[in-house]
Amino acid sequence: MHHHYVLRVVSKILIPPILLFALYVQFHGDFGPGGGFQAGVIFAAAFVLYALVFGLAAAREVVSDTVLRIVSALGVLLYAGVGIVNMLKGNNFLAYNNLAVDPVAGQHLGVLLVEAGVGMTVGAVVISLFVYFSS
Amino acid sequence: MDSLPGYNYWIVILLMMTGLYVVMSCRNLLKKIVGLNIFQASVFVFYISIAKVSGGTAPILKDGIDVYSNPLPHVLILTAIVVGVATTALGLALIVRIHGDYDTIEEDEIEAEEPEG
Amino acid sequence: MLGVTALAILRAPGLFTVVMLSSIYSLLSAVVFVTLDAVDVAFTEAVVGAGASTILMLAALALTNQRRAKPTPISPTGLIAAFLMGGGLIYATVDMPVLGDPSAPATLHVAPRYLNDSYDEVGLPNVVTSVLASYRGYDTFGEVTVIFTAGIGVLALLGRGRRDRKSRRKASSEST
Repeated sequence: MHHHYVLRVVSKILIPPILLFALYVQFHGDFGPGGGFQAGVIFAAAFVLYALVFGLAAAREVVSDTVLRIVSALGVLLYAGVGIVNMLKGNNFLAYNNLAVDPVAGQHLGVLLVEAGVGMTVGAVVISLFVYFSS
Repeated sequence: MDSLPGYNYWIVILLMMTGLYVVMSCRNLLKKIVGLNIFQASVFVFYISIAKVSGGTAPILKDGIDVYSNPLPHVLILTAIVVGVATTALGLALIVRIHGDYDTIEEDEIEAEEPEG
Repeated sequence: MLGVTALAILRAPGLFTVVMLSSIYSLLSAVVFVTLDAVDVAFTEAVVGAGASTILMLAALALTNQRRAKPTPISPTGLIAAFLMGGGLIYATVDMPVLGDPSAPATLHVAPRYLNDSYDEVGLPNVVTSVLASYRGYDTFGEVTVIFTAGIGVLALLGRGRRDRKSRRKASSEST
């Protein structure tokens, strides 16, 4: 894609805002529409755009296979870890009331961690799906 | 819209039946997966149309608004959408492997090759 | 419009056309969701259906090098099954509540408790997120596991060693 200057310049301008928008959607899921799944897929879309315009090898340098596998497993582990911490503190699995000083702050912390885990796993899995399908 | 009872359900049923027919009758494997997606999306429309409350808004709490739409089906459909894309991805990977082995993705050509292979 | 798109997918022979039409179908259903006050669902369906699903289908098309599908004859079993099931479902919708009914059973069971107590118990304005992550957190855990399993499954199917099976088959058929 050397000759497609317009595509390269426009995607260079667009990819950082897409990543920022993904982070915004992830953390703003408490106040408006959004949350983990949408943020993960938008994050993956930025990487897919980079791979489409600059070639798969360049995208592979940015994000290698090992990183993808570790991040996707980490997301599930984070979710399960939040549940198990709750159990260790004496509550039921995934009942966030005991995580912090008062129940509402505990719920906030629990929801934040859980959505972060979901976003990480969904983003990593969608990027790796694209990588497997195009090689 | 209020004159004919249940007419919104009929549209959804029509979409569902189109999807079902695509899955059952098309010989091409990729079209089958697309038909499955049509079926799934029409089921989502069905659930969300159950959740709507007339005069309500989106279920995001705000001062001054009393009536909200039912948030529970929204949650169920969010999960269903993500599971749907997971199924589609796996199905497409299977199609790619089948093509690798048989060099075609038409169902009748694959069945014709089966006794030999 | 959704019906027109679905029928077009049924009749179109070119596979690229079919994939583009399915992307349009997802986008149109996202618009329908916004009309029905489901903003989170519309967001997710637009992102996932018109984004990820379409990209994966295009990649599969590129990998299999198919351009057109063979024209399919009208299948009688498919038509009979579709009509029977459609008739049964339409018969079942006679008793269903009218669209937007505030006293429908779906709205009266658990939803008022979620809507009323969500701010006191969880403290988030977005009720869908609080139900998804807190009240029904276990279902979301299952969903994350499902998508992780899909990733592993595609790794197993399309990872390394994919070319070997075809070349192995060719080598074995050449040697016999």
